[in-house]
Amino acid sequence: MNRFCKHTFAIAAAGVIAVAGYMASSSQAIAACPLKIGFSMAQSGGLAGGGKQALVSMEMWAKDVNAKGGLLNCPVKLIYYDDQTNPKTVPGIYAKLLDIDKVDFVVSGYGTNLIAPALPVVIQREMVFMGLFGMNNNKKWKYDKYFQILPSGPDPAVDFSSSWFETVMKMNPKPKSIAFVAADAEFARNLKDGAITNAKRLGLKIVYNKNFPPRTADHTPIVRAVNATNPDLFYVASYPNGSAGLVRAVSEVGTKARAFGGGMVGLQFAGIMKGLGPKLNGVLNYDFYVPEPNMNVYPGVEALLMEYQKIAPAKKVDALGYYLAPWSYAYLQILGDAIKAVGSKDQAKIAEYIHKTEFTTVVGKVKFGANGEWAHPRTLTVQWQNIKKQNDLDQFTKPGVRKIMGPAAFATGKVQPFNSLR
Amino acid sequence: MFSFELLINAIVIGILLGGFYAALSIGLSISFGLLDIVNIAHPTFIILGAFFCYIFNNNFGYDPILVGLVFTPVFYVLGNLIYIVYYHKFEKTGAEALRGLAFFFGILFIIEVSLIVFFGVDFRLVQADYIDFKLSFGDVDLPFRMFVPFVIAMALTLGLQYFSSHTFFGRAMQAVAQDSLALRLVAIDPAKIKRIAFGISLATCSIAGALVVIVIPIEPSVGRLYIGQVFAIVVLGGLGSQSGTLIAAMMLGLIESLVTTFFGPSWAPAVAFGALILVLAFRPTGIFGRVGDTR
Amino acid sequence: MKARRDTRFYLIIAAVLILSYLVTTAMTNQYYFFAGFAILQFIVMALAWNILGGYVGYVNFGSAAFFGMGAYAAIVALQLFNASLFTQIVIGGLFSALLGFLTGYLTLRLRGVYFAIATLALLVVSETLIANFDYVGGAAGTYILPTRKPTILGVLIVGKQDAVFGNYKELLFFIMSFITLAAIATCSFIEKSKFGRGLAALRDNEEAAECMGVPTLKLKLIATTLSGLFMGVTGGIFPYYLTFVDPTSAFNLDISINALAMPIIGGTATWLGPVLGAIVLGTMQQVATVTISSELNVLIVGIFLVAIVLFAPNGFLGLIDKFLKRGN
Repeated sequence: MNRFCKHTFAIAAAGVIAVAGYMASSSQAIAACPLKIGFSMAQSGGLAGGGKQALVSMEMWAKDVNAKGGLLNCPVKLIYYDDQTNPKTVPGIYAKLLDIDKVDFVVSGYGTNLIAPALPVVIQREMVFMGLFGMNNNKKWKYDKYFQILPSGPDPAVDFSSSWFETVMKMNPKPKSIAFVAADAEFARNLKDGAITNAKRLGLKIVYNKNFPPRTADHTPIVRAVNATNPDLFYVASYPNGSAGLVRAVSEVGTKARAFGGGMVGLQFAGIMKGLGPKLNGVLNYDFYVPEPNMNVYPGVEALLMEYQKIAPAKKVDALGYYLAPWSYAYLQILGDAIKAVGSKDQAKIAEYIHKTEFTTVVGKVKFGANGEWAHPRTLTVQWQNIKKQNDLDQFTKPGVRKIMGPAAFATGKVQPFNSLR
Repeated sequence: MFSFELLINAIVIGILLGGFYAALSIGLSISFGLLDIVNIAHPTFIILGAFFCYIFNNNFGYDPILVGLVFTPVFYVLGNLIYIVYYHKFEKTGAEALRGLAFFFGILFIIEVSLIVFFGVDFRLVQADYIDFKLSFGDVDLPFRMFVPFVIAMALTLGLQYFSSHTFFGRAMQAVAQDSLALRLVAIDPAKIKRIAFGISLATCSIAGALVVIVIPIEPSVGRLYIGQVFAIVVLGGLGSQSGTLIAAMMLGLIESLVTTFFGPSWAPAVAFGALILVLAFRPTGIFGRVGDTR
Repeated sequence: MKARRDTRFYLIIAAVLILSYLVTTAMTNQYYFFAGFAILQFIVMALAWNILGGYVGYVNFGSAAFFGMGAYAAIVALQLFNASLFTQIVIGGLFSALLGFLTGYLTLRLRGVYFAIATLALLVVSETLIANFDYVGGAAGTYILPTRKPTILGVLIVGKQDAVFGNYKELLFFIMSFITLAAIATCSFIEKSKFGRGLAALRDNEEAAECMGVPTLKLKLIATTLSGLFMGVTGGIFPYYLTFVDPTSAFNLDISINALAMPIIGGTATWLGPVLGAIVLGTMQQVATVTISSELNVLIVGIFLVAIVLFAPNGFLGLIDKFLKRGN
């Protein structure tokens, strides 16, 4: 056998094995039950912390729904694959879910970058698509069956920070200048751009505006550079390692700004809260749910979190679950309620129903606006205070540590200058 | 916005940062610089060490640097074991360093996944009294969170430099890179020297891990962010030169700090790596590399 | 004799191309097109890498830079003058070819590992430049919406009825097949040509080759340009596939790692090696993503890599050669 034949045989063999591999990974059932809901979710890579947290409460939802008889007389089954926080895997995953696993419904994974690549696949099949914490994914597509559970508001990037700005403008004397620092990554950049719009609207003078790469090990030079411009406000949009780094840097270097924080992702994660401890005092940041008294208008959220916190340690996920667990439960809850109300799997009717209905969920009342974003913003602005112990997670489960500054309906405290709380 | 206070603080932090980067790279300067082993899993081994420090610090309250030092022999033995496998499969058969690269890639994945399975993907920080402490000299600050790692890194690097040039084993290590045939002629087994050297290289990961977890919060895949940097530092300094690695690390730390302070942090990686390209354009074997080195 | 073998080869390639079109009409399950596209992408990147890595012996760590720059060149073309998909691919390829040429020129004096590190530096610099380039969205990324009803000379290319392709993924799959076959044909041509022999001489001993009169600089430049061209073409088609591009995914280190690992696994001597390595490793990754899922699939790839490199030092092709030799 000459070399050419040998090698062609090798290629052919590899091809056959490859095809066999695909066939083996296919499931063939096309029955009416169970009702399958498919999605990708980050279980490895940068967003895995959030993805795994979300998954726990999503499985709780499936269990709760099945305990009450399922949907459309069928038990509900979640089918999901790890997208590894890598957008390139997403189209293939959703194609598999729809074409091979033959799921009845799809929802999104966690994070703007992981939602985006799924959209063309979903739009082509005209399916309803619930989104989990994506910023402005629908702005260009304008897809009428997309709905986002992030409570940012109709113009997500701008409305997200409107509560923060409303809060700081209440300080006396009124702040005049602002410094912006953002991580060089999608969510942070969008947030900062939206915040800049708000700042300009309020006539604030922008004295510093720079981005930093995610790999930055030490953030003190950034804080010093900001301090050199003497801002009244210090707005940061960052991801977990940047948020932790900046909080520590401000602890070391200090700042004269009267408000520090804004769009720092990661401060809501148990591991980081515990590690930073009292360094967080005074930080004014966004949040979605905190264990403060006024939040019990979210029906069932406390029970949900208690249940979550029982399961969490075994699954090695965020111990508290405040950040995502209520919301990933809610986005499935809305889909489930819509399916039940419409009584069929008709995607168009379900989308129509979701558009016109105000839902009552574990995160309170939810109403969607034109682009699938929330009709009214409900991002909280909280100020950290009274943190006394190092390395203690328990203190964060009690009220009084993250007082809510706004929106007014939830407020439990008044904003104070950053340094006065340290 | 320029001021002397900013400049001096930027320089101080740049030097401290350089020390930190040196600690990350010094082990690689031995394994890659001297032994030609493309250990792309080097930063991941460091994170492994960092997690050991985290467990003992979080559960028992031990100082992370202490834990790092205690685990050095463990990593040394690990290095020996890995080298034995590497030697039998790659060195002996004369395969190029590139095959070893794929091997270490595999190891990188295996370590990372094991960390994820054991620890989950949340960020971890350590607690120690000196982490929040800082000395102030007028307007200039010396944060101990960076200073302590710097001191340890200096000790480690200078210690290894001394070892390389003043002890028998150290000089044998240098020799094995330059002329292993000559080594054999004086009845020294190059394989044994290389095994010990690789063990030392991995042992440094234990200490470097302690320093990393003091400076930044860690999670299993954070090592990947530093792969480019550590290799660049070793090459920039010149393969086989420990002092070259130190200087290259300092350069990168200073550039990063100065660019961040005066131009904006997002340009720092481009400037640092741009500097690397420039140096290589004029001195193709790095700052202290041997001219004519055709590796 | 040789001419007949060559014609047979090119006929086979043409046949495969036609086959890939027929597959798009016959296959209703779209998942295979997604997976197929990803594998083809791996194959082209591996082949392109191998031009420089296998034939010339210069290890390129920065494959992702050429890929990413190709993608962003396409995006700039789209935003500047609403370029069609075809134009985007061409521009992506040309831009990265130019980048390859410049890289080859600037790294004249670098050998071995220094060249590898320089390519890594190039990757970091490229990513940082694009992350700060707000016209293409900067670090936040940008969305690419494919044209709704694309036509060429009045023929509807993509549409639900009466179109050449039923949907975009089929079109992209077909275009990718074409690119892959072109890459294979190019590599095969190189191997058999005087150019290829020159490269082999370069790889074995650069000084000796120069002494023998081989124009090493010219050959190196052609190799880096070709390598860049194919990587850029693959990058050029990427925005249409993913519809959302950001610097992190376009310049991701895993693109470089795969482009490098696949030829190592398959074998670097001929074009068959990268193809084989890409099919095997790529399929493994794809299947693992949708079956085992979770972090364990990275573990599988890791163990597989270690096993292959330990037990099949010359890649799969080497292993097959060994098997068949023993049989004889």
